[in-house]
Amino acid sequence: MSKRSNWSIPYAIFLVFFVVLPLVLVMVYAFQDSQGHFTLGNLAKFFTDKDALSTFAVSIEVALENTALCILLGYPAAWILANKQYNKSAVTIVLFIMPMWINALMRTLATAQLFTMLGITLGKGTLLFGMVYDYLPFMIYPIYNVLAKMDKSYAEAAVDLGATPWTAFWKVTVPLSMPGVTSGILMVFMPTVSTFAISEFLTNNKIKLFGTIIQENINSSMWNYGAALAFVMLIIIGITTLFDKDKEQLEGGLI
Amino acid sequence: MDKIIEIKNLSKSFGDKKVLEDINLYIRRGEFITLLGPSGCGKTTLLRMIAGFLQPDEGSILMDGKELAGVPPHERPLNTVFQRYALFPHLDVYDNIAFGLKLKKVPEEEIEKRVRRVLKLVAMSDYEDRDVETLSGGQQQRIAIARAIVNQPKVLLLDEPLAALDLKMRKDMQIELKEMHKKLGITFIYVTHDQEEALTLSDTVVVLNEGRIQQIGTPVDIYNEPVNCFVADFIGESNILKGRMIRDRRVAFIKHEFDCVDEGFGEDVKVDVVVRPEDIYFTTDPAKCQFKAKVNSCIFKGVHYEMWVDTDTGYELMIQDYDPYPVGSEVMLYIDPDDIQVMKKERLCNTLYGTVKDAETVTLLDADFPLKSGFEPGTEVKVEIPFEAVDLMDNLDDGIIDGEVHFILYMGDHYHLTIKTDDGDFLWVDTNDIWDKGDLVGIRLNPENSKKEIKITKKDEQAQ
Amino acid sequence: MKKFFAKLYIWVLLVVLYAPLVFIAIFSFTESKVLGSWEGFSTDLYRNLLTGQMQGNASLLAAVKNTVLIALVAAAVSTLLGSVAAIGIHNMKGRAKKAVTFLNNIPMINPDIITGVSLFLLFVFLHFSQGYLTVILAHITFCTPYVVLSVMPKLQQMNPNIYEAALDLGATPQVALRKVLIPQLRPGMVSGFILAFTMSLDDFAVTFFTRGTIGLDTLSTYIYTDARKGGLTPELRPLMTLIFLVVLILLIIINIRQDRLSKLKENR
Repeated sequence: MSKRSNWSIPYAIFLVFFVVLPLVLVMVYAFQDSQGHFTLGNLAKFFTDKDALSTFAVSIEVALENTALCILLGYPAAWILANKQYNKSAVTIVLFIMPMWINALMRTLATAQLFTMLGITLGKGTLLFGMVYDYLPFMIYPIYNVLAKMDKSYAEAAVDLGATPWTAFWKVTVPLSMPGVTSGILMVFMPTVSTFAISEFLTNNKIKLFGTIIQENINSSMWNYGAALAFVMLIIIGITTLFDKDKEQLEGGLI
Repeated sequence: MDKIIEIKNLSKSFGDKKVLEDINLYIRRGEFITLLGPSGCGKTTLLRMIAGFLQPDEGSILMDGKELAGVPPHERPLNTVFQRYALFPHLDVYDNIAFGLKLKKVPEEEIEKRVRRVLKLVAMSDYEDRDVETLSGGQQQRIAIARAIVNQPKVLLLDEPLAALDLKMRKDMQIELKEMHKKLGITFIYVTHDQEEALTLSDTVVVLNEGRIQQIGTPVDIYNEPVNCFVADFIGESNILKGRMIRDRRVAFIKHEFDCVDEGFGEDVKVDVVVRPEDIYFTTDPAKCQFKAKVNSCIFKGVHYEMWVDTDTGYELMIQDYDPYPVGSEVMLYIDPDDIQVMKKERLCNTLYGTVKDAETVTLLDADFPLKSGFEPGTEVKVEIPFEAVDLMDNLDDGIIDGEVHFILYMGDHYHLTIKTDDGDFLWVDTNDIWDKGDLVGIRLNPENSKKEIKITKKDEQAQ
Repeated sequence: MKKFFAKLYIWVLLVVLYAPLVFIAIFSFTESKVLGSWEGFSTDLYRNLLTGQMQGNASLLAAVKNTVLIALVAAAVSTLLGSVAAIGIHNMKGRAKKAVTFLNNIPMINPDIITGVSLFLLFVFLHFSQGYLTVILAHITFCTPYVVLSVMPKLQQMNPNIYEAALDLGATPQVALRKVLIPQLRPGMVSGFILAFTMSLDDFAVTFFTRGTIGLDTLSTYIYTDARKGGLTPELRPLMTLIFLVVLILLIIINIRQDRLSKLKENR
C-alpha cells in the first residue's frame, strides 16, 4: 500500500513547477528593476503613487460592499433553499448555479447593456449590482452546503431549552454556519478586488479596480511593477486565508 | 390517579404514510415510561409530538389537563435528551448547560450554582470549560442529560439516549439513569428499540408496532403475558405456536393437549400459544411427562444452555435450562399450566377487497389475479385467501405484485411471514421456505398449496 | 404566510439573476446592431452565426472552437493527473500529505489574475513561446485541484477493504485498480471532469495572460477585445442563447437521471 503514496509525485512536481515557481517569480520580479538588480523601488512606487493607492482603496471598498451585499442577500436565500419546509426540490438550487455555467463576461456585458437600455448611467451603482449578480451564487452555495448538512436537532435542542425559533436561529444556526460564510467570503472578496474586465464593462471604464492596473502594467511590459502589485495582492490573500480554517466546504464540488 | 400527560386519539401521517394511528395513553406523574418498538414503529414521532416538534393530525395531548397543541416547543415545561445528544459544538460544557437558563434571564450566580449542581449530579464536575467535541460518547451523554435537567422540567424526554454507546457503557448508564430518575423524582419518557433496556429501566412499557400501541403494562406483565405474537416475539425469546382452545383451561398445540389457566375464548377456537423457552421443563418421571422429544442441538449461552428439540409430533421447540442434555438423547418434557400464554388470533386468513374483471380475473391490490369468481365483471368482491395459498417467488418477475419480507415468525413447524407490498399493503403467508427479513419477493397465488380454498363472496356493503 | 414570502424572495432573486440572459435571448431574434432597439423578428443572426458569414469579425466561430478544444484537453489531462494524485494523497501520511494538500489549495484560493500573471512571468522567464500549449498548461494548473477535491471524498467514503478483497480473490494490482478502484472513483472523476471543463470554459484572466501574441482567442478574450473596440458583435446574442439552451438541456437530463437514481435507491 505504501507505494501508492508515490502516485502523488507527478502532481507534486507539477505543482512545484506551475504553482510554487511562478509565485516565487512574482516575488523575484517584484523586487527587481528592469535590469535585474534588487530594488524596493517598485513597492515604493506603489505606496507613493496616489492613483494606484486610491484605486487600491476603491477596490477594497467595492469588494467589502460586494461581500456584505452577497452575505445579506445570499444568507436568507441559502437558508430558505436548505429548509425542506420551503424548498423540496433540488431544481431551485440548480437554477441558482446555472448562470455560472454561462460565460461570465457575456453575462456581465448583458447586464451592462440592459442597464444602458433602461437608461441607467453606468457607475458605482451598476458596478455593485453587476458584482453581486456575478458573485451571489458563490456566496449562496457554500452557505447552503453547510446549512443543508447541519443536524436539525441543534436548532431543535435550542428551542427545547426555551429559545424562540428566532433566538435559536441567531444563537445556534448562524454561529454553526460560519464556516460556510467564511468560504463564501473567500470566494467573493478576493476575486472582486482582482477583477478587471467586469469593472470596465459595468462602469464604462469610469471606475478602475486593482486588477485593471495590474493588467495595464503587465500589458505595457512594466512587468516588475505589475509583479509588485500582484505581490501586494498575495499578501492580502495570505491575510484573508488566515481567517478561513476550514476549506472542507469546497468539497463535493458544484454539481 | 395523578396523570401528568394524557394522549387521546392521536394520529399522524407523513404524506400517504400513516405513522401513528389512534394512540391513547396516559402517563403518571413521576413514572419511568418507555416507548418500545422496532425502527419505524412511530415511537420517535410520538416523542417529537410531545416535545412539540411535530403537530398531530388528529387527537390531543394534554399536560396537567391542559391542551398542548398550539403551545410552541420553547414554552413547554419539558426538555429532551436528543438521539445524538445535539450538544452545541460552538459552546463549551458550561455554556451548553447554561443555555436554557440564560434564555430565561436567570441571574448569573444562580446559573452558576445550578450548573455546578447538575454537573455534580451527572458526575462531570471539573469539565465546565471543556470543548464538547473533545468529550467521549458517555461524557457527552451526561452533559446532554445535565443540559436538560438543569431547567427543572416536569417531564424529561429521552430519545434513544444510549444507542450510540457500546454495550458495557450502556449497561452502566442504564443504572445511572435509573438512579437519576429516583433522585429527581420527575417523569421520564424514554424511547428505545432495545427490549432489554426497556424491561430493565421502566415502570411502564408501551410496545408500539406499525403506528399502533400493541400493549401497555409493567415489564413483568409484558414479558409474561404478551397479548399478541408481535409482542411475544419482540420481547425476549419465545416459542410461538398455533393452537386450539378446546374449552376453558384446556388448550391443544403441537398435537398434544395441555391444561392452562386461560378462560373465555370459547370452545374449539383457533388461538396462538406462547411458551417461553425457560418454562419447558425436563423430567425423568413418566407420570409428569406431557410429551417426548429428541434433542437436536445444545449450545452453552453463559448462564444457561439453549437447546432445540424435535417433538414426537414433528415440531421444533427452544428450551433453556441450566443443565445440558446430549444431542440425540430422548427427553421427557412438561409445561406448567401457568406458563402457557394463550392469545386470540389476530386473523385467520388474508382478507382483501377487489373487483371482478372478467370470468378468469379479479383485480386486487391494483393488480390482476387469475381467480374464477363466478360473478359479473365489475362486481365488488371480498376475497379470503388462506395463508398457505400465497406463493412467494425469488424472482420478482414471476410474481404478480412485488413485496418485501417485513416480519418473520417461526411457529415450530413453519414460518409465518408478514409481507409488505410495494404499495404498503400487508399480506400474511405460511411457508416452509426460509426467507430473511428485507428480502424482496414476487407474490402470486397458488391455491393448490392450501387445504382450504380461496373464498370469494360479494362485498357486504355494511362491512365497509 | 412565511412560506409565501420565502418563495417570493427566492423567485425575485431568480428573476433578477435571469433577466439579462432573457433580455439577450429576446434580442437575438432581431437584426439590430444596437441592443435594445427592435427591428422586427428575424433569425438572420442565427443563420450568420451558424454559417460563419459574419458582418464584422469572422473569428467568433474560431474562438468558440478554441474554447471547447482547450477545455476538453485541459479537463481530460486534469482528470487523469488529479485522480492519480488523489489516490496518492489519500495514501500519504503526516507532513508530506499536509504539504501537497496545501499546494493543491493554492490555485483555488488565488484569484485568476494572480494565477495568470504568475504563469505569464514563468513563461517569460523560461523564454517559452506562448500559445495553445501555455494556455492549456495554465488551465490544467487551475483545474486539477478541483478534480482532486472531487475524487478525494469518494476515496474517503470507499471501504478500504474492497481493494484488498479484490487482491485476496486473486486480482493483480492492475486488475484490482481497473475493475474495483476506478469504478468506485468514477462518479468523483466525472464530476471533477465536468467541473474542470466548466472552469476552463469560463476562464478569462488566465487565458488573457498566457495566450501570447499569436492571435489566439477564446470566447472570453474575443468578447473582451470586441467590447473594448466599442461594440458587441450581434452574433454573440444567438451564441449566448444557444449556449444557455445547451446548458439548460444538459442540466435537465442530469437532474432527471439523478432523480431516477435516487428513486431507485429509495425503493430498495
